[in-house]
Amino acid sequence: MADLTTDFLGIKSPNPFWLASAPPTDKEYNVRRAFEAGWGGVVWKTLGSEGPPVVNVNGPRYGAIYGADRRLLGLNNIELITDRDLFTNLEEIKRVKADYPDRAVIVSLMVPCEEEAWKAILPLVEDTGADGIELNFGCPHGMSERGMGAAVGQVPEYIEMVTRWCKQYYSKPVIVKLTPNITDVRKPAAAAHRGGADAVSLINTINSITSVNLDTMSPEPSIDGKGTHGGYCGPAVKPIAMSMVSEIARAQDTAGMPISGIGGITTWRDAAEFMALGCGNVQVCTAAMTYGFKIVQEMISGLSQWMDEKGYTDTSEFVGMAVPNTTDWQYLNLNYIAKAKIDEDLCISCGRCYAACEDTSHQAIAMSDDRVFSVIDEECVACNLCVNVCPVENCITMEQMPVGAIDPRTDRVVEPEYANWTTHPNNPSATAAE
Amino acid sequence: MPADMLAQGIKAGRISADQYEANFADLHAPLDDHEALVAADRCYFCYDAPCVTACPTDIDIPLFIRQIATGTSDAAAKTILSQNIMGGMCARVCPTETLCEEVCVREVAEGKPVLIGQLQRYATDGLMAKGVHPFERAGSTGKRVAVVGAGPAGLACAHRLAMQGHDVVVMDARAKAGGLNEFGIAAYKSTDDFAAREVDWLLQIGGIEIKPGVALGSDVSLAELQDDYDAVFLGMGLGGVNGLGVEGDDKNGIADAVDFIADLRQASDLSSVPVGRDVVVIGGGMTAVDAAVQAKLLGALNVTLVYRRSRVRMNASVYEQDLAASKGVRIITNASPKGVHGNGAVREVEFEYTDDDLKPTGQTVRIAADQVFRAIGQSLVGEGLPTLEGRKIKVSASGATSVKGVWAGGDCASGGDDLTVTAVAEGRDAAMDIHAHLMGGAS
Repeated sequence: MADLTTDFLGIKSPNPFWLASAPPTDKEYNVRRAFEAGWGGVVWKTLGSEGPPVVNVNGPRYGAIYGADRRLLGLNNIELITDRDLFTNLEEIKRVKADYPDRAVIVSLMVPCEEEAWKAILPLVEDTGADGIELNFGCPHGMSERGMGAAVGQVPEYIEMVTRWCKQYYSKPVIVKLTPNITDVRKPAAAAHRGGADAVSLINTINSITSVNLDTMSPEPSIDGKGTHGGYCGPAVKPIAMSMVSEIARAQDTAGMPISGIGGITTWRDAAEFMALGCGNVQVCTAAMTYGFKIVQEMISGLSQWMDEKGYTDTSEFVGMAVPNTTDWQYLNLNYIAKAKIDEDLCISCGRCYAACEDTSHQAIAMSDDRVFSVIDEECVACNLCVNVCPVENCITMEQMPVGAIDPRTDRVVEPEYANWTTHPNNPSATAAE
Repeated sequence: MPADMLAQGIKAGRISADQYEANFADLHAPLDDHEALVAADRCYFCYDAPCVTACPTDIDIPLFIRQIATGTSDAAAKTILSQNIMGGMCARVCPTETLCEEVCVREVAEGKPVLIGQLQRYATDGLMAKGVHPFERAGSTGKRVAVVGAGPAGLACAHRLAMQGHDVVVMDARAKAGGLNEFGIAAYKSTDDFAAREVDWLLQIGGIEIKPGVALGSDVSLAELQDDYDAVFLGMGLGGVNGLGVEGDDKNGIADAVDFIADLRQASDLSSVPVGRDVVVIGGGMTAVDAAVQAKLLGALNVTLVYRRSRVRMNASVYEQDLAASKGVRIITNASPKGVHGNGAVREVEFEYTDDDLKPTGQTVRIAADQVFRAIGQSLVGEGLPTLEGRKIKVSASGATSVKGVWAGGDCASGGDDLTVTAVAEGRDAAMDIHAHLMGGAS
């Protein structure tokens, strides 16, 4: 069985599955249960400055998007950082870390953008023996109205400044958690890098309104008839998060900077995908909030089985392996030509491919009187929509045309050479191939 | 209707080859990949799940279903097999409708449980098809354990002992290992020689020697085993069959249902297995249903299952009763055998109707029969056994008997239902207790 032990910034954990800073890591009771269930580490729910703790709403904090059978696909929340006393949290962190020396314990922090505030809290955190800190520059609701959270994460200069303070007043690794509520995530990542951050983690939650109650005309979750945007997370945000991770992983300024992946990770496969895109480990929240801490068992066994099958003995062997294959559109091979192929034995004759292609794409599927569906190669541009809407796995596949064949759509020979948009004759700024 | 179905007496080859094949095909066709994903998707991953509580072997059902759902069915198989090494057979024969699936929250809420049994089969079949045995033996302990009976209890015990590094010798009176999995379960629940294949797969752990044709009592005594081995596990099942206790019980055409099933299971060609035109099965348990249904599937024209109490008291589950009815078996309840009529060979069985307390009503009925199967319970046979409780060997929760160094489990031991899955649990738990005693030196 593959060894899942991971070393992230020198912080060892028995597996790459950490619980993200969120309600599941708000107190000792939960964190102990998490460690007993097998989680490799936790990022303790965000601590604020000394003083009266923040207050939360006393009505619903969460809103949800469901798939069929009430499968939770997306969750949003309007909860703030920890509403428990700072020193209670610090004592608990110290106790838990002492009892679980083999697990990663990271402390998430969010204090005002003033040097004194950071200078005050960092020694307190240092004293807990926790393995590192994560700077919460991401929460998009509530705290951002007070100049913290996403309000910092949206200003690269602030990120750099605060990161620098943290590196100055704290001896252990500093992770900067990024908000996705920004145009180009590479900018705040680079700022964190300049400030000396040991790693970035992303994504924090996305500005969202999950639904509107059409009777009360209030957004949900509704507090006394009013709603506000919350932070969106869960399986629905995974594609957005993975794209942002990949941008940072392959950007010149930040390439090679360790990344902790966050965003809708629900299964071992999700985790492996984030890691392939450059994440040294992953953080999970919504999946645990939906199914309980026990799901980590599936993540552990699944990742382990997959690694065994692939011959990986250490997670570091596949971290980042998909990064070189993530590129810009302009570098995609335009001489790669495929055609859809429908397996008539597997086809159940529902006609969804036909409707999709005929109504919304290239009229490249023919339908016979007895409901046999076939691809018209002369029209097929290999867009993949038929594959995506087909309810049967592997019924429609994309088959690459061999070099030398003639594409019946264009009557042109499939060329062996790689050729992209930068050299394409239709590109006004194309550079001629040498 | 083929003419042979009308022929009187006990005859082989009543139906065509195609009919045999169709009749004895898999009761539930295995789930394909897509069906498994759809079925797995219905599991809610319940907290402290009722299905796990209901499973005698405590398989972590939500976890293995999630592992299937996430595309790692081999990990799912390991989750199953680490608790129940005969998870493959149990997936086929467990009365899930009265165990895990009965308490599935979706059964309770919607009347449609998650297909736990079929998902378990999907996972275990997949792993076994690859020839993978996911467990390894610990280093040798030098201890030797004798296991009597190569059925589910004995094999589960042997496997767990072998895993712990002990050397195990499994003796069985029959010529072949497998016990009731091999000889006593309806053929349509264990197709393609599954019971034998499962035994071969289980033995891949190593350290287990099977000695067929060795019966406790006639070939070896318990005292000898105690002398020759560091511990003994008794899992020989119930070797005796209860008689009808009525006049004419010995007429030709009357046989034990377990023998009929065993002969059928071992037949290389089903068309060689003779069956009556009018078959009567007496009893109300799983064996009765298995015999009745298979008699019908072999081409018997009329098959009647007669049980002395009411339908709710039948040991066969409602699912099994419905299965029998769907195959054309007529079920008569509240009728107790009173006599067997016929001149040499049986021609009719006479029953007297009874109330639920078995009080005779005085009203009788005669049912035509050229073949009668007794399925009114089995009993423990043997002498010099540890202390009994009722008619079975008295055991502690971990399978220890009254005799030091001797454990027991499965149908021959007290407690628990007479189910494959219960036998596996008892064998496994006894193995862990034996291991603790052997290693702790406390035996």
